Amino acid sequence: MSKDKLSEIFDIFGDWSELELEDVDVEADELTIEILPAIVQAVAKVAPEAAAAVKKVVELKAEKLEPPVMKYPGSIPEVQIGATRAEGGSRGRVIRIGGEVCPPFYRFESPPKNRPVVALDVFDQPIVPLAGPVKNAYKDVLNDPAEWARKAIEVYGADLISLHLVSTDPTLKDTPVEEAAKTVKKVLDAVDIPIVVGGSGNPQKDLQLFQHIGEMTAGERLVFASATIDMDLEAVAKVISKTGHNLIALAFMDINQAKELSRKLTEAGLPRDHLIIDPTTGALGYGIEYSFSVMERVRLSGLMGDETLQAPISCAATNAWAAREAWMKLDEWGPREYRGPLWEATTAIVGMMAGADIFMMMHPVAAKIVKGLAEVLSKPKLETKLEEVKYDGWVKMKV
Amino acid sequence: MPKILRPLDVYKLLPQTNCGKCGESTCMAFAARVADRAVDVKLCTPLLEDPKFKGKLQSVLELVRPPVKDVTIGVPPNHVVVGNKVVMYRHELTWYNPTAIAIDVTDEMDEKALIDRAKAVEAFVFERIGQPLRLNMIALRCTSGTPEKFAKASDLISKNVSLPLMLCSYDPNIMEEALIIVGNKRPLIYAATRDNWRDMLELASKYKCPVAISAPGDLNLLKSLAATFVDAGLEDLILDPGTFVRGDSLAETLNMFTMLRRAAIEKEDKAVGFPLLAVPAAVWMEAEGSEDEKKMMESYIASILMTRFADLMVMHSLDFWALMPVLVWRQNVYTDPRVPPSVKPGVYEIGKPGEMSPVFVTGNFALTYFLVKGDIENSKIDAYLVVADSEGISVESSVAGRRLTAEKFADAIKSSGLDKKLKKKVVVLPGRAARLSGELEELLPGWKVLVGPRDSSGIPDYAEKVLKKEL
Repeated sequence: MSKDKLSEIFDIFGDWSELELEDVDVEADELTIEILPAIVQAVAKVAPEAAAAVKKVVELKAEKLEPPVMKYPGSIPEVQIGATRAEGGSRGRVIRIGGEVCPPFYRFESPPKNRPVVALDVFDQPIVPLAGPVKNAYKDVLNDPAEWARKAIEVYGADLISLHLVSTDPTLKDTPVEEAAKTVKKVLDAVDIPIVVGGSGNPQKDLQLFQHIGEMTAGERLVFASATIDMDLEAVAKVISKTGHNLIALAFMDINQAKELSRKLTEAGLPRDHLIIDPTTGALGYGIEYSFSVMERVRLSGLMGDETLQAPISCAATNAWAAREAWMKLDEWGPREYRGPLWEATTAIVGMMAGADIFMMMHPVAAKIVKGLAEVLSKPKLETKLEEVKYDGWVKMKV
Repeated sequence: MPKILRPLDVYKLLPQTNCGKCGESTCMAFAARVADRAVDVKLCTPLLEDPKFKGKLQSVLELVRPPVKDVTIGVPPNHVVVGNKVVMYRHELTWYNPTAIAIDVTDEMDEKALIDRAKAVEAFVFERIGQPLRLNMIALRCTSGTPEKFAKASDLISKNVSLPLMLCSYDPNIMEEALIIVGNKRPLIYAATRDNWRDMLELASKYKCPVAISAPGDLNLLKSLAATFVDAGLEDLILDPGTFVRGDSLAETLNMFTMLRRAAIEKEDKAVGFPLLAVPAAVWMEAEGSEDEKKMMESYIASILMTRFADLMVMHSLDFWALMPVLVWRQNVYTDPRVPPSVKPGVYEIGKPGEMSPVFVTGNFALTYFLVKGDIENSKIDAYLVVADSEGISVESSVAGRRLTAEKFADAIKSSGLDKKLKKKVVVLPGRAARLSGELEELLPGWKVLVGPRDSSGIPDYAEKVLKKEL
């Protein structure tokens, strides 16, 4: 502390009785440590009744919040979805997901390398009952997967398409793989973005499907969904790696199953940067908290160095529509036209907070919300000027 | 890493008399429960009351102090506790003290509107899995700029509802007028800022109320103010880093919340070890967007910030559809991650079932059970409900994950003993388990297997149109 400053303070103490205690008092406290005993005595003499006030009114401490950064031994591989002509495919655009080096949206550690992406669902045949609000959005294209895909991209702004070949299910229509392949071809011709090809969930039939369609679209770098624990994992890894596609490994809310799938698939030759993990998404209100925690554990374990869990995460937010809160008509719950999309968006957002990279979704409004958020939250640095927002105005706002 | 308490460290600071007053038979057993954060150490009354344990008491309180302090707003029984957070990730340990939600009112509302809205907040309830999901506080905003109106409104609210109050004004004079009237009810003072902190500090001390510190966008200032208040002897603090929602600023809001919580828990920075306040209601200041879009935005921002550590939130919309996802996510995320909410597998009777009654089967996820049971009751038929072990998860997920198989359904039905009780053996499989029907029929000779609706809300209709003909 400089001499000038000292004498300044001393001067102020001289006029003590007229002063309202403002910024100076604690400097007086500090003085007691640093300055000559004579001055301390002088200060003490000034006014005994002021001493109590000095105690009460203190100076603002000057603290700094150090960004609480940590080190992570692991990182998440980047998965490229789709391939351009130059790369051996036919897509106009490619999408990259993953590449994380820290937990989701810990921007003080590192901004996300790629933003999460939204895939809108398309079904090969309208045999799965769709919720009212969803059906409304697609009622003109329900019987034409190619048009459906086009609408999802051009009108609803999806990043990519998730084509579900549900009719191949042996317990439903048992559509032959050759037929299903034609649908895939039509959709690929209709849009120039990459697609996810989903089976019916029957492990035997899905394997045939992946083998056939994988060969047919070799080099396109599509995503096949999904490899499950009861599938011939060696065979599926073989065809996916040979044809250069990507694969989603679907584990049922079980981190050990996710590890097992990942280990078996990579041991069978699937390159690590062609693997995506889907830990199963329970709908909001119907087990979502398990999905949330499994996703968080998958991501954190990956960052902490567990290689088997180093993969982008897929979140089937579509499952939100299994919740009656999303689709059921009930006056006291309010209009389902808003309630449904919000339920789906919230399901996806919870997954996003846990680290999900790719979202399978259905309602265009929900998809728009989630894509918009993904864009905003993935910005490398702040663009808005915070002081211009005038946040403190919320107290006086007129609503 | 979360702060792990060891039973032995707690035990050393207990009276070690095994008096049993806490409800445990030994001090060691009590120490284990305290270390688990299952009980409050203050249940040890000798430690609290006997002056000879004063030193131990102080040490043990320091030992068990969570990295994010608990703060009580209101006076028991009309109070809410926020904070007391020990971990960042819920898989490490249950999150305690669900995020409190305050709904705003203003001092310029006319008397009737004000009382009606406050009462609507208090009466709001969404019943789910046998739990009432509720709103927790009223945030009174001073929009009038006049002390009299603010004081009058606080008086009206406190006379008409029992929810704890949050008083919102940056003007210490206005704040004190309200505190004179409702200060004895421990409202949350919002807020101390760079400009008014001395006066607000004084008010918080004088009226012994918790106080929110607001430093929008400035974590250094926030921490400085908090440290200053702690030095002055105030420990019931709430931190408001600002809830920015415009443009890309939501990313910064998320960033700040995350930094604060990580600093408190993983870097053990005590100066920021306080509950966090989020104000999703800030979306209502924005010019862009229709009213319904704002309601949606407010809702999902609330869900985001609740996931990212908000312990208390101020919201504006009272629309049921907009609040439902927030309340349900709060219910979900604050459950014990180790225990799925499940019911015991077995056979349950609905109404007075007899030898001609149908059998419904489902999984043992608690919500599934409650919904199916309610829907069978709504259909006004007597029936048996056989609950198979789906490991506490929903029918759809457990069937997809092969945790609920035709064998499991068959075993549950066989072990129910219904085989002998029924004349006509009809079992209704959930629509979402339809693919198991063929296999189940093979496993249950003599039974007729029907596929019910995909959602159990369709049961009354199904009972009327299909089931009647089968029985």
